[in-house]
Amino acid sequence: MTEYKPIRKVVSGNYAAAYAAKHARVQVVAAYPITPQTSIIEKIAEFIANGEVENLQYVPVESEHSAMAACIGASATGARAFTATSAQGLALMHEMLHWAAGARLPIVMVDVNRAMAPPWSVWDDQTDSLAQRDTGWMQFYAENNQEVYDGVIMAFKVAETVNVPAMIVESAFILSHTYDVVEMIPQELVDEFLPPRKPLYTLTDFDNPISVGALATPNDYYEFRYKLAKAHEEAVKVIKDVGNEFGEMFGRDYSEMIEKEHIDDADFVFMGMGSLMGTVKEAVELLRKEGYKIGYAKVRWFRPFPKEELREIASKVNGIAVLDRNFSFGQEGILFNEAKGVLYSAKSKPVMKNYIVGLGGRDFTVDDVRKIAEDMKKVIEKGEPDVEVDWYHLKR
Amino acid sequence: MAVRKSPITTREYWAPGHAACAGCGCATALKLATKAFSEAMEEKYGDPNAFAIAQATGCMEVVSAVFPYTAWKAPWVHVAFENAAAAASGVEAAWKKLGRKGKILAIGGDGGTADIGMQALSGMLERRHNVVYLMYDNEAYMNTGIQRSSSTPYGAWTTTSPPGKYSIGEDKPKKWVALIAAAHQVPYVATASIGNPFDFVKKMKKAAKVDGPAFVQVHCTCPTGWKSPLEKGVEIARLAIETGVWPLFEIENGDFFNIKIQAPGGGAKVKREGGRVVAIEFKKPIEEYLKLQGRFKHLFKQPEAIDEMREQIKAMWKVLGVDVTLPKPEE
Repeated sequence: MTEYKPIRKVVSGNYAAAYAAKHARVQVVAAYPITPQTSIIEKIAEFIANGEVENLQYVPVESEHSAMAACIGASATGARAFTATSAQGLALMHEMLHWAAGARLPIVMVDVNRAMAPPWSVWDDQTDSLAQRDTGWMQFYAENNQEVYDGVIMAFKVAETVNVPAMIVESAFILSHTYDVVEMIPQELVDEFLPPRKPLYTLTDFDNPISVGALATPNDYYEFRYKLAKAHEEAVKVIKDVGNEFGEMFGRDYSEMIEKEHIDDADFVFMGMGSLMGTVKEAVELLRKEGYKIGYAKVRWFRPFPKEELREIASKVNGIAVLDRNFSFGQEGILFNEAKGVLYSAKSKPVMKNYIVGLGGRDFTVDDVRKIAEDMKKVIEKGEPDVEVDWYHLKR
Repeated sequence: MAVRKSPITTREYWAPGHAACAGCGCATALKLATKAFSEAMEEKYGDPNAFAIAQATGCMEVVSAVFPYTAWKAPWVHVAFENAAAAASGVEAAWKKLGRKGKILAIGGDGGTADIGMQALSGMLERRHNVVYLMYDNEAYMNTGIQRSSSTPYGAWTTTSPPGKYSIGEDKPKKWVALIAAAHQVPYVATASIGNPFDFVKKMKKAAKVDGPAFVQVHCTCPTGWKSPLEKGVEIARLAIETGVWPLFEIENGDFFNIKIQAPGGGAKVKREGGRVVAIEFKKPIEEYLKLQGRFKHLFKQPEAIDEMREQIKAMWKVLGVDVTLPKPEE
């Protein structure tokens, strides 16, 4: 391997995504603009205009639905396809998300988490991507701009190994428009890590013509679904291997699907996804200095869900405070709900409380983490939560 | 004995064994269209296989590929209902990137094109993809069981436009997607019919050979949805042309002032001025076309509805720059 000398650039999360797509040598990009995703596709258009990429096909489609349809067409043809969207756009794509996964096409998409309307909002909220939970896509939640960049490059490798599409999720504005140092990987090393896609089938091979998207009767449909389910199971291993390889080559290890710290001596941990975990990590270190026995568990991959890693964490702590920047109406925070489901079959069941935070871009600060830590301490002492779901920020 | 040469390639791209209804006019259209496409690719690129197909959900999709079988002897992708044009855009972009020369054929029915696929079609045409979009127009949602589409003609019975005490059946004029496509000023737009297969093949080849997008709207009989005799598909389609119900035209680069009109036959008198068709005097009344189809049966009890249909047909021809006279049947 060539010696790794990172190229440090100060970029927004969106530019990190665009550079990652460029370094992954994407071949077809089909996209439609939506706030706050726009600067991703603007940057890619710039790469093309400036001749920084060779013959990249950019399809400026007339809707997100068509963006994903065009990605499906391109990916089925054999190309490496990429797109990006947000909220309403992601929801419009919904039908096509099922299609991309069902057709087993390794498309990678960046979703900039944005609250669903109404009321109209352009700010951070995870409900848009989590509402796509059952489409068959893998989902990776980035904490910072570096993880956006790394995530896109790794996602292609994982997706093309298991033939399942992957969504890299970043926070509106908090990441998408906030500049930070990102260590980028020299092109030849990205190429080493991520060789060109080798599709199993293409739509250019007339000698072996294939039909994609055929009808399956009840006699066959079931097995197609089982195969996709197995692919997600396989992805758990592939994600760890790819994350490990990435760490060995570039020094940032992603072999854990849940990044965790202080688990072994923590009374309770904060669990959550995405940029809010950056705040949590900082707060945890501060609070530990004040004597709190706490840690954190940052869920990187929501699909496939890291069940074993979560059960392992649960076996070591007395409580989990689940922070959800999302909500499933008629139920509870989505990560909380998932975690409870996974832990039902665990030997050790910690006390759990769900804090609904930051919806629609409401600020979530270190001070909020401190308040939740104080509350959670009481929950642990009592052995059960006062309320299972706490609308923490609510103006009273 | 002299063997007559086939007027079109004997290669098959839509193989027998598909599950289309007996007498399906759309099956004929797809068979001819793919043959024409292949010939055009051979003539243009020296490679009869320089194409791939993206198809919308619909009759012709459902009957063609039932896992693990497929009737398609060409690379084929189906990406739902509303987006054959968008999927074809992606396939075409990937072909370009991967250095494969050729053209993409997108196929959709009237529902998948005139209604739910309108936006994707407009996008594909506007972006100037190297795609031919073939709309097989059997004038209703036949796959789901004969519901009206915006391409259903005035007066027709469908399950969602049933005639009754308060209804004459479909009460809106037919939406002509070919004219909308032409407004995108794309290189080539044409209407065609299985009632004139030679004209259809010629137009498909022309569409396949132009650089950039093309749109062909082909009239296809549907004995199931039209309640018409299985063996009379081509005859009925030809009567649509001969009575003035179905115009055959070509519009290049959106030049609405120089629309090429094909002579309808059936004894119709065509008047030209400076090479352009300006008037057509049809000799066969539209009743000859209508009476062979159960979907128009109820109209014969309401002759004023048939007269209204005549007015709408005249108005449509007017858009094409042609004054037509439509005879009434002799009493």
